[in-house]
Amino acid sequence: MKRYVYINDDESSHELYCDNRISNRKYTVLNFLPKNLWEQFSRFMNQYFLLIACLQLWSLITPVNPASTWGPLIFIFAVSASKEAWDDYNRYLSDKKANEKLVWVVRQGIRKHIQAQDIHVGNIVWLRENDEVPCDLVLIGTSDPQGLCYVETSALDGETDLKTRLIPTACMGIDFELLHKIKGVIECPNPDKDIRRFDANLRLFPPFIDNDVCPLTIKNTILQSCYLRNTEWACGVAIYTGNETKLGMSRGIPEPKLTAMDAMIDKLTGAIFVFQIVVVMVLGIAGNVWKDTEARKQWYVLYPLEGPWYELLVIPLRFELLCSIMIPISIKVSLDLVKSLYAKFIDWDSEMIDYETGIPSHATNTAISEDLGQVEYIMTDKTGTLTENRMIFRRCCISGVFYGNESGDALKDTRLLSAVAGCSTDVVQFLTVMAICNTVIPIKSKTGAILYKAQSQDEDALVNAAAQLHMVYVNKNANTLEIRFNSSVIKYEVLETLEFTSDRKRMSVVVKDCQNGKIVLLSKGADEAILPYAYDGQQTRTFIEAVEQYAQLGLRTLCLAWRELTEDEYQEWSLMFKEASSTLIDREWRIAEVCTRLEHDFEVLGVTAIEDRLQDGVPETIETLRKAGINFWMLTGDKQNTAIQIALSCNFISPEPKGQLLLIDGKTEDEVCRSLERVLLTMRITSSEPKDVAFAVDGWALEIALKHYRKAFTELAILSRTAICCRVTPSQKAQLVELLKSCDYRTLAIGDGGNDVRMIQQADIGVGISGREGLQAARAADYSIGKFRFLKRLILVHGRYSYNRTAFLSQYSFYKSLVICFIQIFFSFISGVSGTSLFNSVSLMAYNVFYTSVPVLASVLDKDLSEGTVMQHPQILFYCQAGRLLNPSTFAGWFGRSLFHAIVVFVITIHAYAYEKSEMEELSMVALSGCIWLQAFVVALETNSFTIVQHLAIWGNLVAFYVINWIFSAIPASGMYTIMFRLCRQPSYWITMFLIVAAGMGPVLALKYFRYTYRPSKINTLQQAERMGGPILTLGNIEPQQRSIEKEVSPLSISQPKSRSPTPVYEPLLSDSPNSSRRSLGSRSSSSYSRNCKDN
Amino acid sequence: MSSNTPSSSAGGVGSADSAAPRRNSKRPKYSKFTQQELPACKPILTPRWVISAFMLVSIVFIPIGVVSLFASRDVVEIVDRYETACVPENFRNDKVSFIQSPSTNKSCTRRLTVPKRMKQPIYVYYQLDNFYQNHRRYVKSRSDSQLKDNSSWDDISSCKPEDDANGLPIVPCGLIAWSLFNDTYNFSLNNQQLVVNKRGISWKSDRDSKFGSDVFPRNFQNGSLIGGKSLDPTVRLSEQEDLIVWMRTAALPTFRKLYGKIERDLQPNEVIHVTLENNYNTYSFNGKKRLVLSTTSWLGGKNDFLGIAYLTVGGLCFFLALSFTVVYLVKPRRLGDPSYLSWNRNPGGH
Repeated sequence: MKRYVYINDDESSHELYCDNRISNRKYTVLNFLPKNLWEQFSRFMNQYFLLIACLQLWSLITPVNPASTWGPLIFIFAVSASKEAWDDYNRYLSDKKANEKLVWVVRQGIRKHIQAQDIHVGNIVWLRENDEVPCDLVLIGTSDPQGLCYVETSALDGETDLKTRLIPTACMGIDFELLHKIKGVIECPNPDKDIRRFDANLRLFPPFIDNDVCPLTIKNTILQSCYLRNTEWACGVAIYTGNETKLGMSRGIPEPKLTAMDAMIDKLTGAIFVFQIVVVMVLGIAGNVWKDTEARKQWYVLYPLEGPWYELLVIPLRFELLCSIMIPISIKVSLDLVKSLYAKFIDWDSEMIDYETGIPSHATNTAISEDLGQVEYIMTDKTGTLTENRMIFRRCCISGVFYGNESGDALKDTRLLSAVAGCSTDVVQFLTVMAICNTVIPIKSKTGAILYKAQSQDEDALVNAAAQLHMVYVNKNANTLEIRFNSSVIKYEVLETLEFTSDRKRMSVVVKDCQNGKIVLLSKGADEAILPYAYDGQQTRTFIEAVEQYAQLGLRTLCLAWRELTEDEYQEWSLMFKEASSTLIDREWRIAEVCTRLEHDFEVLGVTAIEDRLQDGVPETIETLRKAGINFWMLTGDKQNTAIQIALSCNFISPEPKGQLLLIDGKTEDEVCRSLERVLLTMRITSSEPKDVAFAVDGWALEIALKHYRKAFTELAILSRTAICCRVTPSQKAQLVELLKSCDYRTLAIGDGGNDVRMIQQADIGVGISGREGLQAARAADYSIGKFRFLKRLILVHGRYSYNRTAFLSQYSFYKSLVICFIQIFFSFISGVSGTSLFNSVSLMAYNVFYTSVPVLASVLDKDLSEGTVMQHPQILFYCQAGRLLNPSTFAGWFGRSLFHAIVVFVITIHAYAYEKSEMEELSMVALSGCIWLQAFVVALETNSFTIVQHLAIWGNLVAFYVINWIFSAIPASGMYTIMFRLCRQPSYWITMFLIVAAGMGPVLALKYFRYTYRPSKINTLQQAERMGGPILTLGNIEPQQRSIEKEVSPLSISQPKSRSPTPVYEPLLSDSPNSSRRSLGSRSSSSYSRNCKDN
Repeated sequence: MSSNTPSSSAGGVGSADSAAPRRNSKRPKYSKFTQQELPACKPILTPRWVISAFMLVSIVFIPIGVVSLFASRDVVEIVDRYETACVPENFRNDKVSFIQSPSTNKSCTRRLTVPKRMKQPIYVYYQLDNFYQNHRRYVKSRSDSQLKDNSSWDDISSCKPEDDANGLPIVPCGLIAWSLFNDTYNFSLNNQQLVVNKRGISWKSDRDSKFGSDVFPRNFQNGSLIGGKSLDPTVRLSEQEDLIVWMRTAALPTFRKLYGKIERDLQPNEVIHVTLENNYNTYSFNGKKRLVLSTTSWLGGKNDFLGIAYLTVGGLCFFLALSFTVVYLVKPRRLGDPSYLSWNRNPGGH
């Protein structure tokens, strides 16, 4: 499973590996039609419609012109096919652009300008500054004498800082001219999508001196779609090309997600299908019986005595075709259309733009907006999601002395400043570690100021803080780095960097002081990764206390330590390290093992505390969403204490006595089991009390609980509204999401970093915060937002409206199809159960696709409650969560309404147009107009807010119906010639229409009014309150006051940026309402409210 | 609460403006549509609104119902059911053989008394019951192109089973034309012939553009089975008005078709003698045949349905409006009372 890349070998590798042609296309010109049709027909609905359309080609059974089904079917297929084609064409264009880009490649020893698609594995590619990398390369030369180059990897992982890449040691010092002729072999693994790993070896062929195997890591590569920066030129060997690059491999087609609503609609469609089959069977049998008894006597029908063998099937099949409109063909198109509009509304929403970065919200997945309104669990990351991920150095503890405890800012602590001025050894050592134990790159800007490019926010904070304390990290040249302390420059040579991994939880550097030649190991890391490794005599108690104290305040702690190494010890270890670095198998593990051999007997210097501020509006958002009945789980890799503190400060859990936090811990199975059962017991007891009970669990206990006590843990998960899981790994996050999903809860995962990607992809809805940790999470997510507080609007406004609108739209689509279908069924009873269609083909087609689709599409603008009301009463989301607006019983209501309306239209039509008026075309037109009139009023009655668009769509559609039919009536060739003109001249036609409307809508209106006034739902009450004005304003909720108290109590300063007004935009009337504070305590909701209702 | 929406939107715009000069063109453009903030009117079902709507409907509907009922009652209609009476006593047990036998005398005389003064034009209809002109097999069995245009006289594919006879296409083909009604009526008043105008009984649009003036009946009723009336092969189809009327198929199994018009007034108690040829076979399926003489009103013929329906709906609406008012007065309910919100009612937090 390895690939051998022969450098600069023009022949050998051509056939083995693909060229550098990128192709993201799904189709080619030739296979587009079959492949696309195949995909479309893999859906059940489409198969059904195709079957119906094919049956209609049999003229013996078709009640209407086949065009009435084929037309819409082809239209629908054409729409989705052309959408696919357009997308694919755009992908083709962008591929083509990338493929035809000219790059410099060495061919036969000469540099040539060729198209990017002609690069082969093994070619040497030359890049200039700011060039885009065309394929994955192993660096072999750069303009930098030390063999460094800088790349920007934002297209790959979203991280905007510059990363250094360096050439392998074997290529060090090869002359510029000789690079053209270099030969060698690279042994590397087969292509994969891991952009953080590359374990390979390089061996150069003679005449190049170094004949040893030289290890290659990801540090020696530059990957496709990165940009070369701050480096004049660089060249590298192509190792992975085309779609086999790391970027190409990581592209995948995400599984389409199905919303709960889609599932419900599918279920209802299935029910209608069964109903249809029953109707068809009954009518088919009735038809055959009628034929055999009555029709034989009807001499004018001239039934033959002996029919063909399929005769028994003819009438049932006719009815199948007649009833096929029960399942509306337009529903899928309508839903797709409105769903993409919901997504657009999210993209457009100016209240969800992060004004600091200018990033608007974006819905990547346009199909699942309704699910937002049905969320029951939110799994949130902590760092960068709840907090800003902007680290600020706040406090430190050096050799047992606490700095910054009084002022809250160590940089202003005079004691520390004087210690720095006095060159206290401890402090200087501490600052040195702060300044150089990292992977930060200082860059001198033109003005002379030093900018730090750091991969980790913590390192950035530490280096900046050190600089403020006069320990300035000035420059880094290859392996030497310079720091300036109080105007004296100290140089260090970096011997090794032991990188940070999440398993080791620490990083170290081995440096050599250039002045005195001492070799020092500098380390920083999590407390449990440093303090146990202190040398035997050191008292670590103060540090433990410091760590605990800082964690209590919700600060992130790091322990700094160092150790002097002897020359021999270093040399011995260095060999082992080199060997470990060049292994191909389990390299990471081997390196970690070697590292531990060095990282022991530390002299612990101190503890740093870094503050990560809460984002704006996090407590309000969590409070509001919890009132909406959504349960929050915090999944973080951080320490338990820090997590709990953050949870307290953002209303996640309530302090005693209102809330109770239960801990699940333990190192062994038994301990965890006992702890779990204890918590479960408490949970069961308190579940009836209005008390916020939460549990906290750490990664280790979670591992055991999930493995051995899954059932108990699941029960706990269902009982508990809040949970804090700390020290969890990305895969555990995903497991927890999976667990809740398996209990049939709608989950939403929100996170910002690469470690959240799995959880985001696993959840029903993934939300990514496009934050400082890059865009990885935002890319994988269904929705990306700029700040956590937008989640409130995303769920309560967009999710809720989407749910309501789709609920109406889908049920209405069935209703209108059922109305016309019931009329056809009734008509069959007065036409000898022979399957005659009352309506002509054109009308049927236009009814489904046009007349009834347009007005209902305007319902995407409908708002039952204003955004402000929803924000004040988030509990109303419960109607969406519990699926109150689309379920079998609401559907039954619509079903009954369609039956009633069909009876009204049919009975009135056949009685008003009896005897001499009973001409077929006229009667069918009267019935159709009756349906159209009723549709208009039904939509109008169900619309909550009329904008100009709705008026246009509803009444304009009614006018359009007449205009279209007048046009048809003016064409002599059409079957409807003159019909509509004749009807419109008859007073009896208009009188019949008014009668149908009054008789059809009267009972519906009366019933709705009665329920609205005497059995109002919460939505109705709020609607009334909202539109009558007045009382709703006094219904304050408690946030403004309570929040301010907590702000004072909270050890963290949740200070608001100046640009933002102190009151949230959504609740303009709340904060200055005088009554809000008075009534505030009363409106604290019972936490079990939504649960209880749901169980009923 | 209309004030709420503008105020929150104003906040949004304000902050947008303050941030605008700083950066970013990626931000979508603000418009009321994209922000879902189009000005909207949000009606709610207040008692006043609903009660007055029902009241209004009843106020409008009851007069219309009365007017319609009067219009329908003004129509004078003479209906005479003759299908049994026109069969001689000795054939009463086997009407089918009577009607199918070519030798029996089908003539029959009926006396109609005019109940009220009938103003011209008086329409003469025949009414058939239990006749399924809307049967699928029947309604499809016609060829519109053949009727319209002589050149497509052999376009008979849709006419099965009555498409050709003796190997030649039938014009007009199909079951509908084949089963053309063939009873005839002759009216006399005071021993004087009462002229029935049979011109202009069909739709003008049908004569002009559905039935061709160059199409003549051909090979019609020549098959082994004779259905209904035969057509004069020398008269163009556009002038065969009985056929044109018949071919406008009825949607209901009970229907009337226009036979002709009597263009003179009839006085009360005048007696009309009708000599009719009872040729059409409705006996095999127990169909009824009626002869109808009727005047017309602005609403059409005699049909009480609309009037009664309007009165019923109007009355019901009035009743609903009244009962809603009573309920509203007896048990008033404040709309939008926040105490109905269960999360406010819950004492939990105290």
